[in-house]
Amino acid sequence: VTAIETAPRSVGTSVKRKEDASLLRGRGTFVDNLTLPGTVYMAVVRSPYPRARIKGVSLDAARSAEGVVAAYSGADLAGDWTGGMPCAWPVTEDIKMPPHYPLASDEARYQGDGVAVVVAESRALAKDAAELVEVDYEPLPSIANVEKALGEGAPLVHEDLGTNECYVWKLETDGVQAAIDAADVVVTRRFVQPRLIPNAIEPRGVLAQAGPTGEVTLWSATQIPHILRFTMQLVLGIAESKMRVIAPDVGGGFGSKCDAYAEEYLAVALAKRLGRPVKWTEERAENFVATIHGRDVVHELTFAATRDGTITAVRSNAKCAMGAYLQLVTPGIPLLGAWIYSGPYAIPNYSVTFTGVFTHTTPTDAYRGAGRPEATYVLERTMDALAAELRMDPLELRRKNFVKEFPYTMASGLTIDSGDYEGCLDKLLDHLDLDAIRADQAARRESGDAKQIGVGFSTYNEMCGLAPSRILGAIRYAVGGWDAATIRFQPLGSVQVVTGTTPHGQGHETTWSQIVADQLGVGVDDVEVLHGDTAVSQQGMDTYGSRSLAVGGIALYHASQKIIAKARAIVAHQLEVSEEDLEFAEGTFTVKGSPDRSMGIQAVAFAAHAAHDLPDGMEPGLEETAVFDPPNFSWPGGAHAAVVEIDTETGDTRLVRYVAVDDVGNPVNPQIIDGQVHGGITQGIAAALYEEGAYDEEGNLLTTTLTTYLVPSAAELPSYETDRIETVADNPLGVKGVGETGTIAAAPAVINAVVDALSHLGVTDVQLPATPERVWRAIEEVRR
Amino acid sequence: VIPAGFDYVVAEHPDHAIDLLAKREDARLLAGGHSLIPAMKLRIARPALLVDVGRIGDLSYVREEGDTVAIGALTRHKDVASAPALREQCPIVSHTAGQVGDPQVRHRGTIGGSLAHGDPASDLPTVILALHGELVARGPEGDRAIPAREFFTGVFQTALEPDEMLVEIRVPKLGTAGWSYTKMNRRAQDWATVAVAAVVHGNGAVERASIALTNMGATPLQATAAQAALIGGASIADAAALAAEGTEPPSDQAASSDFRRHLARVLTRRALEEAGAH
Repeated sequence: VTAIETAPRSVGTSVKRKEDASLLRGRGTFVDNLTLPGTVYMAVVRSPYPRARIKGVSLDAARSAEGVVAAYSGADLAGDWTGGMPCAWPVTEDIKMPPHYPLASDEARYQGDGVAVVVAESRALAKDAAELVEVDYEPLPSIANVEKALGEGAPLVHEDLGTNECYVWKLETDGVQAAIDAADVVVTRRFVQPRLIPNAIEPRGVLAQAGPTGEVTLWSATQIPHILRFTMQLVLGIAESKMRVIAPDVGGGFGSKCDAYAEEYLAVALAKRLGRPVKWTEERAENFVATIHGRDVVHELTFAATRDGTITAVRSNAKCAMGAYLQLVTPGIPLLGAWIYSGPYAIPNYSVTFTGVFTHTTPTDAYRGAGRPEATYVLERTMDALAAELRMDPLELRRKNFVKEFPYTMASGLTIDSGDYEGCLDKLLDHLDLDAIRADQAARRESGDAKQIGVGFSTYNEMCGLAPSRILGAIRYAVGGWDAATIRFQPLGSVQVVTGTTPHGQGHETTWSQIVADQLGVGVDDVEVLHGDTAVSQQGMDTYGSRSLAVGGIALYHASQKIIAKARAIVAHQLEVSEEDLEFAEGTFTVKGSPDRSMGIQAVAFAAHAAHDLPDGMEPGLEETAVFDPPNFSWPGGAHAAVVEIDTETGDTRLVRYVAVDDVGNPVNPQIIDGQVHGGITQGIAAALYEEGAYDEEGNLLTTTLTTYLVPSAAELPSYETDRIETVADNPLGVKGVGETGTIAAAPAVINAVVDALSHLGVTDVQLPATPERVWRAIEEVRR
Repeated sequence: VIPAGFDYVVAEHPDHAIDLLAKREDARLLAGGHSLIPAMKLRIARPALLVDVGRIGDLSYVREEGDTVAIGALTRHKDVASAPALREQCPIVSHTAGQVGDPQVRHRGTIGGSLAHGDPASDLPTVILALHGELVARGPEGDRAIPAREFFTGVFQTALEPDEMLVEIRVPKLGTAGWSYTKMNRRAQDWATVAVAAVVHGNGAVERASIALTNMGATPLQATAAQAALIGGASIADAAALAAEGTEPPSDQAASSDFRRHLARVLTRRALEEAGAH
């Protein structure tokens, strides 16, 4: 089978998104748009304290309030759970996995931990009644800082564990210490990456309905209906065969909806108890504490190098906040970056250690990039530090160490299938006009201008396309990383595609249609993509980790090949030729050498359904399923540059240019790729300059609304200049993941630019995010 | 996002609103709703009664009256920003109204609402203070004019009585005076981290100068030490160095009080330069 049997017609073009006709008119169907007859509304009572013993919960006033149907404490519902909320990634054998139930009943362990629920006839009445729940809290000492939580005598998040250390995970090659000892130059830097609060535009929401014979339907604003169905059996004992999970239109997730949450279990449990549909829609302020956070990692990174700039070893030691409990894959998030602390560079000696730490904070979990932004940030910042130490151009240092031959097996053990890191950097420089920027910079430094400029780079790669199931098994992830696709010709020739991926903004309805249309030679509009409903899409592993195209898209390709193979057998039978004598192109089978003898695939579909004349033993119909387990991860890469202008008197830092060249393999829909790249870059810039989820020492969240947690708007950002290099990935479509690239690359590029702008003053680092005050203080410090 | 329960009445005219305020405790006026409604959604504000004055059309105006420009309290920011009388006679007001929040806020929010809210991080209170403007309050006994320096009494607190409504703002025509509103904020729609309003009279030598600070204390503040120095002949740099004298600015996520003092000095220097104080 050749890579692409039919000439691409729509793949590679910016077909308009099918999704937008409804979404842009405000006619999407989100969970909050759904209401069933008899629906009641849930409100969750949350701990205002980072840590408190729950001495009593009085529900009387709430129960007698207007419109209240029921109210329960954690203790009231304790018997509803057949198991605790699962963590699917116990990263080490001796990891500490504290029990975690949908409501706390003995002790609240973070601000926002649920302690009671109220159900009422309207959302407003439920909220009013929730205020009447009287919880007798005894506040206890608590801790939010990931380093201090490991200190002697620190308040413990789970007393009976005797420690806040959740796990220590290590990946190390032989000879790292020897390489460091033998190095001409050793550079070690410490980096603090703060919390990030994902803030999808649609908050979470659930609607649960329990039928009279034990069947349960859950609508949820989730990225993972399939995985959620699985967890429902563990926590509520509902057989997967009785459980249907539907993710309707979902308004973004960025990993925050790649989780199984307390409210999902609560809504189902209450729907079963009450016999009425139960709905919950998260408030924005609630979202800040009740939905997972990202990052909150403190790193120490060491490079060893020769005087000529050859990096001989990398060693990373990171303390990673888990928060108060382990959510679905909390402990595994750092591991998603564990293999790329050498980035796009050939570094022979490799050591990575993660210490997972409990703190009295909202649990962390996947946030766009998950592990890889953490790794890439410290790596790319330390590259610049090493360049400064060596008095070497940071780009020359990068070029000297780039991986240049592919496939390339890294010291960390994984193999990069393809890439062209130098090509990306060359193309970036074509766009950038670095000489002009440096001349401007020199002139401003010369004149002592209050406004200084800097340029920073980030050359990166990432592993995405999660993931080969065998590798997932080896690193103790509970399930597989395959995905499934079904292609079903209807009798009159339209095509239904059932995918196991679960788009929540990515545009799979469009791109999957493009792939199938090209493979089968039908029109893009002949293809209907069905997803996000476990009753329709029986098998799937959903959407996260830039996996959908690189895994689910390849499954689509294989299902297409099965369709073509069956159709070919039918045509050969009906035209009485051998299969080898048939050519398939543009949706038509033609007998080689006899162009008048042909049969279109839509006619084959009808013949397959009519079944009047099929080969002996062939089943009627034209429907095929393929399940694809990727042999490797997907390896995008690229080169990004940021130019910033800093008001050195006020610390005000503005991004003036952002240039990105990415290699995301063969492009399916360039406009959708651009959307992913622009959005990803914005979230990386946000982490560099604006967003910080700040706690006080005890674990009181200080940034509780969008007025203090600064999500940047278009007004703060320049228009980005983006371009691509296309190296063909080792899969039948030659495609790579794209969803996380920008977020991974952008933060270090921006901070490298900030430091570059101030380097003549002696500034070597500014902590994330580079707020005006931090920038000002960094300048003041070196002036003293 | 769901406020606590409240009653709601649309006021037909100012006296109707004042009557309702007088009759009911915990009644609040609702104008553009861009400060009060968010606070209600977070249940920080829980008025028992909302008196909606947003539909009283005859309090939306900008007109010249002798040496002053009078602005109806219910004039929306975007109308203040574009009013010819202000752009010609007191451009610091129209300019600053164009800097408030974002376009949505400017199309709903009103100048009176912004002033009566008494938020020390808001832009317009500082400008009205720097201009020594007057605020006209109407109550059961009629109208009274309150000088701006007496109007702002604390964080979210003003000299308005519970049964009074702000109906008009009067600012002087500036003639040839130089002016500046120099603001630093993080995002376009954010409140000022610190901002400085400066009005400078005099050609060559400074005859009169007024400097007011945003978000440097519980109310908008006059930078009296800097003003005095400037009038006494100090250089801009020397006067600006005194801008934070006597202030106790807040420390919050946007900035520490030390950083705010520093910003006040830098921004005052820049504002005075822009206002043309030589």
